[in-house]
Amino acid sequence: MLGVAALVGTVGLGQTAAGQISQKFDLAQATRVVVEPGDKNGQEGEAATELPWDAPLRLGRLNGVEAVGTVSTVNIGDDLVRSVGLDGSEGKALNVMAGSAGLFEAVRAALKTGRFFDAGHDQRADKVVVLGKHAAERLGINRVDGQPAVFIGDQPYTVIGILDSVSGRAELNDALIIPNGTAKAAYDLKAPDAIEIRTAVGAAQLIAGQAPKAIEPNNPSNLSVDAPPKQGAVRKGVESDLNALFLLLGAVALLVGGLGIANVTLLSVLERIGEIGLRRALGAARRHIAAQFLVESVIVGLLGGLLGTAVGVLLTVGVSWSKDWTPILDNTLAFGSPLLGAVIGLIAGTYPAWKASAIQPITALRGA
Amino acid sequence: MTVPVGVALPAPVVEMIGVRRFFPGPPEVEAIKDVDLTIRQGEYLSIVGPSGSGKSTLLHLLGLLDNPSGGVYRLDGVDTMSLRERRRAVLRGERIGFVFQSFHLLAHRTVLENVALSMVYVGVPRRERMARARVALERVGLAHRMDFGPTTLSGGERQRVAIARALVAEPSLLLADEPTGNLDSANAEAILELFDELHAGGMTLAVITHDDHVSARAQRRVRIVDGTLQW
Repeated sequence: MLGVAALVGTVGLGQTAAGQISQKFDLAQATRVVVEPGDKNGQEGEAATELPWDAPLRLGRLNGVEAVGTVSTVNIGDDLVRSVGLDGSEGKALNVMAGSAGLFEAVRAALKTGRFFDAGHDQRADKVVVLGKHAAERLGINRVDGQPAVFIGDQPYTVIGILDSVSGRAELNDALIIPNGTAKAAYDLKAPDAIEIRTAVGAAQLIAGQAPKAIEPNNPSNLSVDAPPKQGAVRKGVESDLNALFLLLGAVALLVGGLGIANVTLLSVLERIGEIGLRRALGAARRHIAAQFLVESVIVGLLGGLLGTAVGVLLTVGVSWSKDWTPILDNTLAFGSPLLGAVIGLIAGTYPAWKASAIQPITALRGA
Repeated sequence: MTVPVGVALPAPVVEMIGVRRFFPGPPEVEAIKDVDLTIRQGEYLSIVGPSGSGKSTLLHLLGLLDNPSGGVYRLDGVDTMSLRERRRAVLRGERIGFVFQSFHLLAHRTVLENVALSMVYVGVPRRERMARARVALERVGLAHRMDFGPTTLSGGERQRVAIARALVAEPSLLLADEPTGNLDSANAEAILELFDELHAGGMTLAVITHDDHVSARAQRRVRIVDGTLQW
């Protein structure tokens, strides 16, 4: 019983933990799809096509897309970036990037302070900027309630927000981010460099397949899509690692449990030697005696398996509940474990049953 | 035994001719030496002997619990020497009812179940087992104890349960091994009376004992000394 409980518990917890780990993977990695123009004829650096500005609009209609935004590096030439401070600090060479309003959501950006720019800023080509975390540090800006300004070249921009973190596109941390419309007006930005898509959990593969057709129906192969590894591959890997360990533990527990059953059955054979003799005297053949003890140990194993499964399931659910995890239990495991217990009972009972059947009736009758 | 001329003898239940049993040593023990014994249907035979005389071994041989080392043993005309173990078990279950000194009742079963147990290996259906067990218990006067556990019964009652169990499969031969050995004289007397009744009803009985008082009740007495029978 303990053996099966240990087995079900460990495997259940293993699956749950693995599920938990891969869920974290999911959130960070498995929902990110990036679309970029492919290389023209395999020549590096030469783009096969230009991404359309309205790509976010088209992709947003796909079922499974939760957020989508464009991202581009803006070529600002030799312009330096200065913040307007009391010290009148000198210019710094910082990257400027342009994005659509949806970008922030698509890369799971979190704000330290202020706000993101929205579609209105984009349309009006407002001179606003959101600072990446490191860029803000370098410029010495840490609050936006005084509407601080930074100069890109000789043009002033109002800082409306400072990012705290982004997932996926780390270069945003080091950059100043301006709306696409502003970048088009000020620096003549031609097309987005890439499109960041955040999908629903499990939809990444589907979206990766659909996105190129939605963006460029005539020539979807001109686009290169960066999607997470096939759904479940990560999970499978983690699960099998953990399960191998837990199964080993479970197997040891089962071995111990089986030896326990064998020992108990052997003891009961010795204890009931008189009964064995009596049954033989009443006409029981050796196989009857063997069958009796075998059936008994199978029942013990089956009951142990049932109890063990119940305990193991409770354990898994209990631990999951206390950790706020989603319990994951294989049906095969839950229903197969009692049977496994029975099989172990059968194996464990074989030797004692043979032993019992080999007892001579006279010895047995004399013994009790 | 003298038999009137012209009256056919009852068929023999037990026929032992030159049966020997020795236990390989060292030292080799010859427990039974050249025994000839015939028990006919309806006979009430007692086998008396001091301890160590070989009477237990003889009982085991009679009950097919042990194999003779030599000789011929026919039970109900069936030559048991050539039988395989499985057939011997079936024959044992069908033809022989055992009554032991220490009763050998299963403590966790009711009296009724204990009695019914002896028909399990003979292949009697459960419903019929229970019905026949009830009849057998009524016959030994324990109808009121059917659903009790054996541990709640007195020694005499337990032995009567054991006798009911021996009888219920309708054996050809009732073999009793010191049936009164664990009983006080009043209970012993009741058991012996029950044997008398069974004998009167036509049952073939063989009682093994060291007690002359018990053996005196039998129709025919055989003494066993050092593995040989004395008449």
